[in-house]
Amino acid sequence: MLNKTLKQLAAQLAAKEISAVELATEYLARIDALNPQLNALISVDREKTLAEAQAVDAARAAGQAGALAGVPLVHKDIFCQQGWKTSCGSKMLDNFISPYDAHVVEQCRKAGLVTLGRANMDEFAMGSSNENSFYGPVKNPWDLNAVPGGSSGGSAAAVAARLAPVATGTDTGGSIRQPAAFCGITGIKPTYGVVSRFGMIAYASSLDQGGPLAQTAEDCALLLNVMAGFDERDSTSLQRDKEDYTRDLAAPLSGLKIGLPKEYFAEGLAADVAKAIDAAIAEYRKLGAEVVEISLPNTKLAIPSYYVIAPAEASSNLSRFDGVRYGHRAAEYSGLADMYEQTRAEGFGWEVKRRILTGTYVLSHGYYDAYYLQAQKIRRIIADDFQKAFAQCDVIMGPVTPNTAWNLGEKNADPVAMYLEDIYTLGVNLAGLPGMSVPVGFGSNDRPVGLQIIGNYFSEAKMLNVAHRFQQVTDWHTRAPAL
Amino acid sequence: MSLTIDDVRRIAKLARIAVTDDELAATQQQLNRIFGLIEEMRAVDTTGIEPMAHAQDVMLRLREDMATAPDRRAEWQAVAPAVENGLYLVPKVIE
Amino acid sequence: MQWEVVIGLEVHAQLSTQSKIFSTASTAFGAAPNTQTAVVDIALPGALPVMNKSAVEKAIRFGLAIGADINKKSVFARKNYFYPDLPKGYQISQFELPVVEHGAITIRVEPPKGEAYDKVVNLTRAHLEEDAGKSLHEDFHGMTGIDLNRAGTPLLEIVSEPDMRSAAEAVAYAKALHSIVTWIGICDGNMQEGSFRCDANVSVRPVGQKEFGTRREIKNLNSFKFLEQAINYEVRWQIDQIEDGHKIVQATVLFDPDTGETRMMRTKEDAHDYRYFPDPDLPPLMINDAWIERVKGEMPELPAAMQARFQSQYGIPAYDAATLTASKALAAYYEATVAAGADAKLASNWIMGEISAQLNREEKSIAECPVEAERLALMIKRIADSTINNKSAKDVLRWMWESPKTADELIAEHGLKQETDTGAIEAMIDGVLAANAAMVEEFKSGKEKAFNALVGQCMKAAKGKAPPAVVNEILRKKLG
Repeated sequence: MLNKTLKQLAAQLAAKEISAVELATEYLARIDALNPQLNALISVDREKTLAEAQAVDAARAAGQAGALAGVPLVHKDIFCQQGWKTSCGSKMLDNFISPYDAHVVEQCRKAGLVTLGRANMDEFAMGSSNENSFYGPVKNPWDLNAVPGGSSGGSAAAVAARLAPVATGTDTGGSIRQPAAFCGITGIKPTYGVVSRFGMIAYASSLDQGGPLAQTAEDCALLLNVMAGFDERDSTSLQRDKEDYTRDLAAPLSGLKIGLPKEYFAEGLAADVAKAIDAAIAEYRKLGAEVVEISLPNTKLAIPSYYVIAPAEASSNLSRFDGVRYGHRAAEYSGLADMYEQTRAEGFGWEVKRRILTGTYVLSHGYYDAYYLQAQKIRRIIADDFQKAFAQCDVIMGPVTPNTAWNLGEKNADPVAMYLEDIYTLGVNLAGLPGMSVPVGFGSNDRPVGLQIIGNYFSEAKMLNVAHRFQQVTDWHTRAPAL
Repeated sequence: MSLTIDDVRRIAKLARIAVTDDELAATQQQLNRIFGLIEEMRAVDTTGIEPMAHAQDVMLRLREDMATAPDRRAEWQAVAPAVENGLYLVPKVIE
Repeated sequence: MQWEVVIGLEVHAQLSTQSKIFSTASTAFGAAPNTQTAVVDIALPGALPVMNKSAVEKAIRFGLAIGADINKKSVFARKNYFYPDLPKGYQISQFELPVVEHGAITIRVEPPKGEAYDKVVNLTRAHLEEDAGKSLHEDFHGMTGIDLNRAGTPLLEIVSEPDMRSAAEAVAYAKALHSIVTWIGICDGNMQEGSFRCDANVSVRPVGQKEFGTRREIKNLNSFKFLEQAINYEVRWQIDQIEDGHKIVQATVLFDPDTGETRMMRTKEDAHDYRYFPDPDLPPLMINDAWIERVKGEMPELPAAMQARFQSQYGIPAYDAATLTASKALAAYYEATVAAGADAKLASNWIMGEISAQLNREEKSIAECPVEAERLALMIKRIADSTINNKSAKDVLRWMWESPKTADELIAEHGLKQETDTGAIEAMIDGVLAANAAMVEEFKSGKEKAFNALVGQCMKAAKGKAPPAVVNEILRKKLG
């Protein structure tokens, strides 16, 4: 039962072969059994979950249930959810019970999806290993010594370990795609503006975008149908007609032009990852796709550009955590200034502090032009490079990460070592493009490898089609870790 | 270029994050590693390129002027560290 | 040494919208603390701003009113600093690209000594931003209370060039600006409630020196009187400092109305580093020509244009036109009075004179005037057609003030109607001349004073009901 996809579960629920309460109960039992070792979820609330499930069962009995009603999921702890602790992986919000719902949470509730719990994450979504959580690191279900990736590490681990069929996540520099790759599941970061950021705790507002993580591309499409949509409460939410992201899943791939950026296959890419990616590309050729070499010449510059822009925005976004209206407040202080300084010193972990300090510096007087403005100009160059590339191909493919998941603790001494691992994912966020990760095999250490698919703006349906067709002829996405 | 201890003190103050003397040196060293990474960007010729502040080239959507938000003070303040008579309490502000 | 004073003003005008600039919470004044706060106003995690169209429209109105450039594209930026009344830790404002730039207004300056004069003050810019909340310092066990109802109220910050040279000019400018923003309906102008607040940048320099002196900024002056007192104090203080051999240090100061002095808040050294950058939550604000044209079409006639029209259309002097256009309501009252048939100059005299004086005594605005324009017009018609004289008219006005009766009703009731039958007046005059033969002789021998005495006798005989002009005319004729 627990290996089933969202699509299969929805069908069983609709056919009344199983109730939402029964399904939730099964998943809760598995969470009870496995979460202590995986640490994928921060909060579980059996009563709330079962109450939600009961409401869905009642709606179904009354003939008012939607197509996905009763399917359980976990929400990344970054989406505000009324009545649930919404910690964002931080001590700062350890006592924060959200008084309101994010748009994504509202959408899921309307669709009748049942919340199993709240997924662990790097504090304020800052990190690529999930080791920056106040609640401790998440373990990779494939290898408990390995990191699950981050920042949506809890979401990815939960889906991989079958603690939930699907999960919500967010991606600011790769935070859906990289943990999806490390945990051997499928995830998509949509075009910036497709999923509302209302109620999604901001890390870097011009880069943050919510998206689904699931076993299959088809499930991603189904959950994206729920998550996406215009929201007037987010000024960057795009006013577009509602799309059905499953509409093109079955379309044939003959004639599809795949661009392979030579910079994504250059020095730095581990041989075992390259091998798995090459095999996947070969599979695509068999499906009738054509492969062209392209260039994204400024790929390397994505790292400095991102690590200026994201911290700059974060330094401002995180100023609201001041101990005045909610969240942590230091117990001891001498006066207002000290209350701020102690509260923030105690409430934030070191990676968050480093990024706030970096962002504060690059925006400060005398450095703005040299750092922030320059980073924004490079951002433009990188976005333009992608448009030149899309003149030559329909989708871009390459690795999600240079290496498979590293060991817990391996890259903690030097923050920069971890930043360098983001090289293939950052450009997509800077450009605002959609990107996804599809499991395509395992590395020499038996840890999963993810193929990255990058599409042009609003081409999510095409990308999901490209991923789905691959999953029709391969079984990597069906592999589950032995736990 | 690299940040001095005084730079770190200054930005920590601006960011309202207490950094103890013991933490200063390590913080300085880590920030300088980060700025080492950032530095390679500064040499790039970006003459004539317009900075990109937003991921999408859209214009600001405007809302009709209607006061529809209900009073939710009780819910907002249920999670507040210190309130009295509907006010958030903070250590005395001295101007 | 002779000193020249240099003043620039930054005025924060609260825009009179229903809802806040970035949220749907109400902006109404005086609600219980923190009851008018949406998610973004208390900066809950994940809250996002959505721009109020009416605030933009009001900024366009202002730009049009002062002949400024309205930028097709303007950008919202974050001004970062920590303060308990600033819930997000940043204020959303405009920095590099404001919505309005340039423009100018002409002010009428009435200095304490010397003649009144006109002066043009140039504006640098006007930009949209959000107001902060309020800190309440009354004692909560040594704590400060924070009320965020005001947080997010739309403000237009209007920045002038350093064009003013005295406190009188600064006050005249502030008053002119106040008149414009209330006239065009973008701000209620209520200074007690903080709807219109001034910061003054003040410096002094030796007369003839080109460079500006070091300035100090006086924050948050919420009355014209305080503005004047604060600048005058600050100017004297700065001159004293320099003459005592001290340097002025750039600083922000507060004015204490109790002592009449300014005191230091912070110097430039500990000034904030605001780390402005474009707000990633808000794409650029775009204003197209069609929108500007539409707002232009909806603009009321502005005071300067109305003054010129009053002079040409009604033939009243410049002084009258300026006084009557001091507020939109006063101008409307005047026009309604004339439209109801009153003589234009008489109407001006009565409104600027008796009506204004009485309203002042009662501390009422023209909108609260108990005598409607129509009733005033009828009274003025009765003066013009000699039914009553000026003295009776004052009584009539007083009675109209206290009752809904018309001038005609009151004239009849009090028997004030003047004698208009010239035959009757002639007969009356003949009687007076016969009874005062000695005076007639005096007049005829060349004593002009005797004529006035005779007029007095005639008026007395007529019990005030004969029009003086008619009496004069007949008397002259008879005395030949």
